[in-house]
Amino acid sequence: MQPIKVLTANIDKPNSASVETYLESGGYAAARKALGMKPDEIIQLVKDSELRGRGGAGFPTGSKWGFVPKNAPKPTWLLCNADESEPGTFKDRVIIEKDPHLLIEGMIISAFAIGSNPMSYIYIRGEFHYGAMVLEKALEEARAKGFLGKGIFGSNFDFDITVHRGAGAYICGEETGLIESLEGHRGQPRVKPPFPAVIGVFGGPTVVQNVETLACVPFIVDKGAEWFKGFGSPKNTGPKLYCVSGNVKKPGVYEFPIGVNLKELIYEHCGGITNDRKLKAVIPGGASAPMLLPHEIDLALNFDDVMKAGSMLGSAGIIVLDESVCIVDAVWRLAKFFAHESCGQCTPCREGTNWMESILDRMERGEGRQQDADLLLDMADNIGGKSLCALGDAAIGPVISSVKKFRDEYLHHVTHKSCLPGTKRYRRLDMPVAAH
Amino acid sequence: MADLHPDNPYAKVRFPDRGKLVEFLPDAKKRFDHILTRYPTKEAALLPTLHLAQEEWGWISPEVVHYVGSLLDLSPATVFGVVSFYNMYNQKPVGKYHLQVCTNLSCMVTNAYDIYEHLCEKLGVNPGETTGDGRYTVAEVECLGSCGTAPVVQVNNDYHENMDVRKMDELLAKLK
Repeated sequence: MQPIKVLTANIDKPNSASVETYLESGGYAAARKALGMKPDEIIQLVKDSELRGRGGAGFPTGSKWGFVPKNAPKPTWLLCNADESEPGTFKDRVIIEKDPHLLIEGMIISAFAIGSNPMSYIYIRGEFHYGAMVLEKALEEARAKGFLGKGIFGSNFDFDITVHRGAGAYICGEETGLIESLEGHRGQPRVKPPFPAVIGVFGGPTVVQNVETLACVPFIVDKGAEWFKGFGSPKNTGPKLYCVSGNVKKPGVYEFPIGVNLKELIYEHCGGITNDRKLKAVIPGGASAPMLLPHEIDLALNFDDVMKAGSMLGSAGIIVLDESVCIVDAVWRLAKFFAHESCGQCTPCREGTNWMESILDRMERGEGRQQDADLLLDMADNIGGKSLCALGDAAIGPVISSVKKFRDEYLHHVTHKSCLPGTKRYRRLDMPVAAH
Repeated sequence: MADLHPDNPYAKVRFPDRGKLVEFLPDAKKRFDHILTRYPTKEAALLPTLHLAQEEWGWISPEVVHYVGSLLDLSPATVFGVVSFYNMYNQKPVGKYHLQVCTNLSCMVTNAYDIYEHLCEKLGVNPGETTGDGRYTVAEVECLGSCGTAPVVQVNNDYHENMDVRKMDELLAKLK
């Protein structure tokens, strides 16, 4: 399969972030067209395109928009989730920094379709300081051109966008955590139902969409649902950005019709494994996705096929690990991440993630016990599905899959008190650890 | 009362010093007033106001917590609850250069820990600490969303990508 340039069409141009470059490539035509349509027509179009959310869950975008009640007592809100913090994921950053107007146009169309009130927010992770600056500049340009503000494009639709910077919390990528954080609270997810589409931010119906999802919308309006469905397979349609990182020769963001073969992606487009070592494991969808073994990677990277293979496409953050990586150490690092990022609201997740980190650390230090591998599985069983949001479920993904697939390596750590020969630990064990 | 550990919420350093009350200068006040116009509730302006305060004073001191609370009609406890939840709000002063090394998986397998350990050793600090001259703070941080150009080190607001120990030394020489 050949790489395509749809979402990434502009990124290599000089001054790609400027409104002039965007207009030269036909930008904002779709927004103009959409404002002449009925909102329900746009929603139907997005439904017909079978676009699924690119943030991780793969929920059909058109259906989500359809859930927004008409004539709700409080205003409806559109929020853009740019809190990209899943380890292994760096695709939204490319759109934000290189083609911000594509995102803005997608937001204008989406806001019009769901009947959003005149203000909308881009929740961008606090660390993306440069990205936030690029967005602010792009918003200024769009306001100057009359694409944002009162009566945009000469219609009677008022719409503006505010960039809201997060402050370093992975949990704020979770939709209700994001809503809480936007309201000025700690980003602790809410009980659902009510779902955000009914009661979300500031008490109004709320649609939260990922950057890449919103970036797909102008193309659907401009070129039609059938064109969009020309990419990928039924139920898994459209162009998709894949982020490849870890032990590969050419890491980076690659765009393909959704459903590129994982093996082909790693060995042909990314040039294979660093130093031509052997592949050990692949995490196909960001840190939360269960690991795949080398014989399992001959599969199409779309939501349904990766699910069938026992993992998930998630945010398409593909982390490649070669044979020299100690799997216990790698999983410890992910466990440490989830322990750090657990918001502390639900006990199974708050306590469980910390315990998993401790157990993996003691195995790595040669202090593991015979029953530790099973203990990890037992703990995972006590975390999964027992908390308000998906962070707990995410935390156990890499643990369960690695214990099942690399049990011998775990046991080696207990019996030999060292890593498997030929594998490497990347950190020193004598470093003092800063508190969470 | 015996001196309490600084992490203890009742420790003396956690309370504002009445002699050191703070206030935004006119420029910052103008930016704060603009922030307020962008949100339907005052409370929603808390995160951006704290970012602004940190730009002004470098960290969120107990005095700043009280001041921000008074601006937004929030109790100091509410503000402090938010400050302590998010990573990016510094609860103690940091050095002129805040060296934040991402060590998450993609960075780890491209040797980010070598950079991190090298920095701690070279600057003679433990993780999270600041050098005696107040110039550098070294911290290990979670994924910065730059895995394709790993390892990445964030210095204050700027990303430095595709780093290694040698490049880190070169960068450090420039950060005076």
